Amino acid sequence: MAKRVEATGVTAYYGSFKAIDNINLSVEPKTVTALIGPSGCGKSTFLRSINRMHEVLPGARVEGKLTIDSENIYDKDVDVTAVRRMIGMVFQRPNPFPTMSIFDNVVAGLKLNGVRRKSVLEDAAEKALRSANLWDEVKDRLGKPGAGLSGGQQQRLCIARTIAVEPQVVLMDEPCSALDPISTLAIEDLMFKLKDRYTIIIVTHNMQQAARVSDRTAFFSIERTGDPGRLIEYDSTQKIFSNPGQKKTEDYITGRFG
Amino acid sequence: MSTTTLPAPGQSPTLHTKRLPAVAFLGIAVVALGVSAAICYGAGIGGWVLTLVLGLILYMVGVYFAVRAVEGARSARNRTWSALIHSAFVLAVLPLASVTWTLISKGMERFDGDFFNASMNNIGARDPNGGAYHAIIGTLEQVGIAAAITIPLGVLGAIYIVEYGRGRFTFLIRFFVDVMTGIPSIVAGLFVLAFWVLIVSPWFNDGAPAFSGFAAALALSVLMLPTIVRSTEEMLRLVPAPLREGSYALGVPKWKTILKIVIPTALPGIVTGIMLSIARAAGETAPVLLVAGGSAAINFNPFTGQQGSLSLFVFQQAGDASRFAPARAWTGALTLVALVLILTIAAKLLARRNRIPR
Amino acid sequence: MADRHSRSADVNTGGPGVTSSHARPVGATASTGVLDGRSGGDAPVPPDFRHNGGALGGGGSLPRRKGFGAENAFRGLTLAAGTMVLVIIVAITVFLIARAVPALQANEANFLTTKEWYATQTPPQFGIAALVWGTVVTAVIALLVAVPIALGIALCLSHYAHKRIATILGFLIDLLAAVPSVVYGLWGVMVFINPVKDFSVWLNKYFSWLPFFSGEAPYGRSLLLGGLVLAIMVLPIVTSLSREVFMQTPTANEEAALALGATKWEMIRTAVIPYGRPGVIASVMLGLGRALGETIALAMTLGFLNVISLDVISNGGNSIAANIANGFGEANEIGRGALIASGLVLFTITLIVNMIARAIIYRRREFTESAA
Repeated sequence: MAKRVEATGVTAYYGSFKAIDNINLSVEPKTVTALIGPSGCGKSTFLRSINRMHEVLPGARVEGKLTIDSENIYDKDVDVTAVRRMIGMVFQRPNPFPTMSIFDNVVAGLKLNGVRRKSVLEDAAEKALRSANLWDEVKDRLGKPGAGLSGGQQQRLCIARTIAVEPQVVLMDEPCSALDPISTLAIEDLMFKLKDRYTIIIVTHNMQQAARVSDRTAFFSIERTGDPGRLIEYDSTQKIFSNPGQKKTEDYITGRFG
Repeated sequence: MSTTTLPAPGQSPTLHTKRLPAVAFLGIAVVALGVSAAICYGAGIGGWVLTLVLGLILYMVGVYFAVRAVEGARSARNRTWSALIHSAFVLAVLPLASVTWTLISKGMERFDGDFFNASMNNIGARDPNGGAYHAIIGTLEQVGIAAAITIPLGVLGAIYIVEYGRGRFTFLIRFFVDVMTGIPSIVAGLFVLAFWVLIVSPWFNDGAPAFSGFAAALALSVLMLPTIVRSTEEMLRLVPAPLREGSYALGVPKWKTILKIVIPTALPGIVTGIMLSIARAAGETAPVLLVAGGSAAINFNPFTGQQGSLSLFVFQQAGDASRFAPARAWTGALTLVALVLILTIAAKLLARRNRIPR
Repeated sequence: MADRHSRSADVNTGGPGVTSSHARPVGATASTGVLDGRSGGDAPVPPDFRHNGGALGGGGSLPRRKGFGAENAFRGLTLAAGTMVLVIIVAITVFLIARAVPALQANEANFLTTKEWYATQTPPQFGIAALVWGTVVTAVIALLVAVPIALGIALCLSHYAHKRIATILGFLIDLLAAVPSVVYGLWGVMVFINPVKDFSVWLNKYFSWLPFFSGEAPYGRSLLLGGLVLAIMVLPIVTSLSREVFMQTPTANEEAALALGATKWEMIRTAVIPYGRPGVIASVMLGLGRALGETIALAMTLGFLNVISLDVISNGGNSIAANIANGFGEANEIGRGALIASGLVLFTITLIVNMIARAIIYRRREFTESAA
């Protein structure tokens, strides 16, 4: 299921502003990779350019090459919707569809793909909710609005919605930043579990979280405001947090900067 | 239905798709128009209008099937809806452009000094001159009085709803404000006719019903009140709670907080709402027709004697048999639209400049 | 509109709720005020101070509530203003009924089923059947034509067109919504009548087998013209409100749909339309209310024949509001009463339409409100 993600010279712009410059990075299948760095360093922009969500914003564009198992997703004749189906995304704030029930939220992606059979949808919903560690909490109220859940449950609902379409890669953009510590823990547990089947890339501000959940860590930084973000160091999480190769990384990790 | 289903487990899906080149769409459009023209003129069932309409329909059908064959059903639906949405836009522009064009071209004919300085008093069917001076005065006075009545009432009512009211009673008020927004203007006119003109005004007028500009102003007030309450209510709700709390924490009583903190913060928005409701009231014809009587002569006094209004002037001239009447009607309409639009544009610009950050 | 409102209501749930508990418990005569004041004022006082009976450590006692003050006066003033709305609604009903009853008693025909309107004759005979028919038919034509187009434009402006162009066009649409109805009526009867005449001839030639288009010439001042003019008037209203709600769709929801691999249209269907539905219903209902109550544009474009027939293209047709505007001039005492009676019917119809619309919106709001 999981695939390798490889970025070669990825540069992203908002209009004329260059947000990230020349990112080269390779993510192994079935690992959790954390992107860390100070605010505005472009880690979220890079994450969003992995499933072509960056270009949704007006004026935003990406240059360079980003391959998923050697297929460049920025090729001209690539179907954007297929890319996004293959590379799912979980956002910073839980964003279930407010007008849909829990069940409809989970199967929204499947319905888009033309799956109509009730039994198929029900099986898929149960499977996705179980994978997201949410099934036991919501199985009795699948028809209730998804917005009625707690923040942590909503975020797990969004994860369930993302994995229901069986992506190869799951991107998470600070998935716990709006959640309390207990919900955060639940999501981190979930990441361990999902690692068996998916390639996970997570942006986080929380260094303990990066250290806890990830196998490899990429540190992004900027020289000063207005400069594009750059990849400073990319290595195994253990190395980054115990013995970083770059001075900047060490400063950031130890809290002397950012 | 499912040309792009989920990839079967293990099987690697490809991201690449075939795309219909842009030239193909042009081709479909040409073919659709050609076929449509052949049908319409060949069978003699219509002219160029029908050709275009039929051509558009054929184009969309063509796009749907062409895209479906090459890119799949989802893409086909996407593109056809996109074409539909854009054509709805073009379709709507035509009549609206026609309204604008005729209004300006025909309205300019009598847009002269005479029009703004003369009334319709003693203007017969054969007289090409005559103007709307009396009507403009009527509109300004009626709208002015209506605003003077409604603004305090509406703003205070909104303050009650937002700051004091809770529970069922307030819900009832809010509900009926919403409902009242939908009252037809003619009903407001009938209400003032039944209440003021036929019942109250005879007391001041030796027992005879008195049609007057003031009665028209009352009817306009009924129409303006809900819109002002509604817009003010929304603006007051946008005032951040910490602002109020900061004031309470200093020991300022609630009513003073409302007058000194809340209202000034929301003021630009409130003014915008008021201006929009005034603009709407200025264009109302039906209530004025019922209760102001409509005079051809100049009457500065809104409390006694019949009065006209600009919108009523347009209505009367449009129905007039004189061959000079249509030109007057168009110029009256142009003046009315100019008045209303200036108010509206000013209100919108004000709103844009002073937006309360959320 | 409704959605903007539901959001602002959200903001507000923090508003008065919080403020009321912070409000100083100045004396209030209204029962709710007293309760709120107490709970807000007494609760935070620690039990140690209770027995002091007001004499706090500082020495001086806290000022007592005044029985009557500026606070109450202001509150009463706003209450009176707020109540005005209810007073007006009740007054409209009462006065219209009071004026209508004598005319209805003098009526020698059945008010609800009679088609003719001879209210100034002796004996007066009048009924609203044909008027209600014309009112409903024109409104239905208007909505059938205007709503799909308006929703198309609204989506075009909110999600398809280039941002700057969309802003300008949206502004223009708002302006068109402000153009007075008498102007549309003038345009309808002087300009638009010609293409509608041609269209009617064409419809009659090829579709006369449909009852709607079976009417004989002369064409022009017909229910079709009235309905189409109404459509053009309703269009900006529906467009402007729906555009606003479509634009308020949270970006997070749109991105969620896109990230699941939705095409643009699918994104609109899963995120934008469900979110905007209550607002769209509200805008359509408001459009319906406007179409039903529209007076002057119909008074200028309809042909004034009180008949009930499915045919929409022949000269003729009349509506309640147009009949009032056109018949008012020559009406006597009974005639006025009769027109007021018909106005009462119109008032009731629009009231029901509006109340249904509001009820839908309020109910929908509960569902979406828990979202935020």
